Amino acid sequence: MDGFWLGTDLLQYTVSGLTIGAIYALVAIGYNIIYNVTEIINFAQGEFVMLGGLFAVFFMETLHFPVFAAFFASIIMVGIVGFAMERLVIRRARNASVLSLIIITIAVSIILKGTAMLGWGKDPYSLPAFTSGGPILIGGAAVQVQALWVLAVSVAIVVSLTLFFHRSLYGKAMLACADNPSAARMVGIRVRQMVLLSFVLSAAIGAAAGVAITPISLMEYDRGALLGLKGFGAAALGGLGNFYGGFVAGLLLGLAESFCAGYLSSGYKDAVALILLLLVLFFKPEGLFGSAEAAKLKRF
Amino acid sequence: MRKTDRWIFAFVVLLIAIFPWVVLNISAISNYVEVMIFAGIFSLVCLGLSLLMGYAGQISLAQAAFFGIGAYSSGILTAHFGWNPWLAMPVGAALAAAVAWVVGVPALRLKGHYLAMATLGFGVIVHIVFNEEIDWTGGPSGMVDIPGLSIAGWRISSEIQWYYLIWGVVFLALLFCFHILHSRVGRALRAIHEEEVAAEAMGVPTARYKVQIFVFGAVLAAIAGSFYTHYVTFLSPSSFNLMWSIRFVLMVMVGGMQSLWGALLGTVLLTFVGNEWLQVFADFEVLVYGTILLVVALFLPQGLIAILRRDFGGSRNPISRVSDEG
Repeated sequence: MDGFWLGTDLLQYTVSGLTIGAIYALVAIGYNIIYNVTEIINFAQGEFVMLGGLFAVFFMETLHFPVFAAFFASIIMVGIVGFAMERLVIRRARNASVLSLIIITIAVSIILKGTAMLGWGKDPYSLPAFTSGGPILIGGAAVQVQALWVLAVSVAIVVSLTLFFHRSLYGKAMLACADNPSAARMVGIRVRQMVLLSFVLSAAIGAAAGVAITPISLMEYDRGALLGLKGFGAAALGGLGNFYGGFVAGLLLGLAESFCAGYLSSGYKDAVALILLLLVLFFKPEGLFGSAEAAKLKRF
Repeated sequence: MRKTDRWIFAFVVLLIAIFPWVVLNISAISNYVEVMIFAGIFSLVCLGLSLLMGYAGQISLAQAAFFGIGAYSSGILTAHFGWNPWLAMPVGAALAAAVAWVVGVPALRLKGHYLAMATLGFGVIVHIVFNEEIDWTGGPSGMVDIPGLSIAGWRISSEIQWYYLIWGVVFLALLFCFHILHSRVGRALRAIHEEEVAAEAMGVPTARYKVQIFVFGAVLAAIAGSFYTHYVTFLSPSSFNLMWSIRFVLMVMVGGMQSLWGALLGTVLLTFVGNEWLQVFADFEVLVYGTILLVVALFLPQGLIAILRRDFGGSRNPISRVSDEG
């Protein structure tokens, strides 16, 4: 009997770990997109997720949009926030030092958080799941339908990003900027436009993650920092700038956190991802899937 | 210490010394003494950070964690074990130093963003520990029954006594910081800030100096935390969260990173902004903080002290003045 329960528990924790891990993976991808094009770490990345969730609440609860309309409307709104951030702030800081850039993106994250607090207040909000229906039983573990949606959204994003980067002109231009901005400019790619695009894209991805996770774990104004930090943990674990590495590492991080909450202590579950982040930064700063040589070439 | 710094030092000491006498006679602002006590405590935290950011060119978003380690060490040792506060203080400082060393050795090999994230992550972990170890720290509801301070059986009770005690400590720390800056370590730090690879090539053990300054900043922050504990006699994890680490960075930035006077100016100014002037805004406080941070980082990366230098120092180029100082 004991073995049976352990098995179901394990499955249950795995499912919830993969769900939250998919969110970290999306945040990590958001970091990587901006980092690849600009070599900036956007400390406001987590706030995009928070804003995504809260905008969806606004569209659904206040304006009574249907679920999927609210989903896309929220992504567009946060995309506009990302657009504004690049236009109004990042563009002005073109020649800033790394130290200044860190502080600038932290400042933006504080401003977004403060605005969200004024707009939505301090209470957590919930959303109905994308589709109704009770939990599905898989091998004894109860799986919420929304968890499947979270996984579906993240897989859809990864697939479409892959197509975007390898098939479309804009995607290829962005990859070129990541490789070598001066050379990209020489062949006629408008680098500033690509930087703008990277911010919009990564804001939109963050927002999608935020909308998808809100029905499961609620959303409130101060959630962004921790989500951002864990997402960065995933990005660092996978090797900063490494797209698929970040995705896999995000899932691993989610699993580690879920197992810790299940078997060790739920109070310290937030610390697990951070301790992993520190260990990776200290002992293998190029990440599990990154190459040390490539890491050395990066400016920061 | 250079001649100009000596003059400024004497002037600032005088200013701080007569401040209470001026303020206490005006009833509308008589609580400014209390604000200045907090400003003094935060100054201790920011002096070390100023050395790290302005001179060694490294960022730390974990300063509130070390502040908290000092505060909780003092709180726990005095409230749970009945230690003498003056004995608990060095223990807290030593603990902070040990933790800073363990974290600093690997962390300071990292650069820029990685270092910021590593210190950020560490700070959040410490904050989680304060929240979770309820038996020791009281958890989110806080910790009470912390004794006050007394010197040789004479209890420090009035605001004025606290004021002079704290600022006395600040000036001692300031003297020590100036001493560091004009020593071999200080010159090495500036070299690291200018060009780390070149400094290394000339035989400066950059890693060791960076760690030393990081540890030094942690110790100062821990001592500040001890004084804070015994002054407010109540501890809550929210005084040591990420927002506070960011505030300390902001204090150093607003004043001017590459000047200890700037750190002092920024700390006093922002303590007044946060504890006193922004209280009317309540919920807007966070927003105002973010905006100040953004404006300073974008338009005034050298801090307020650069404006003062330009106006009184007669130099048109604050950057060159800063860099050829010392």
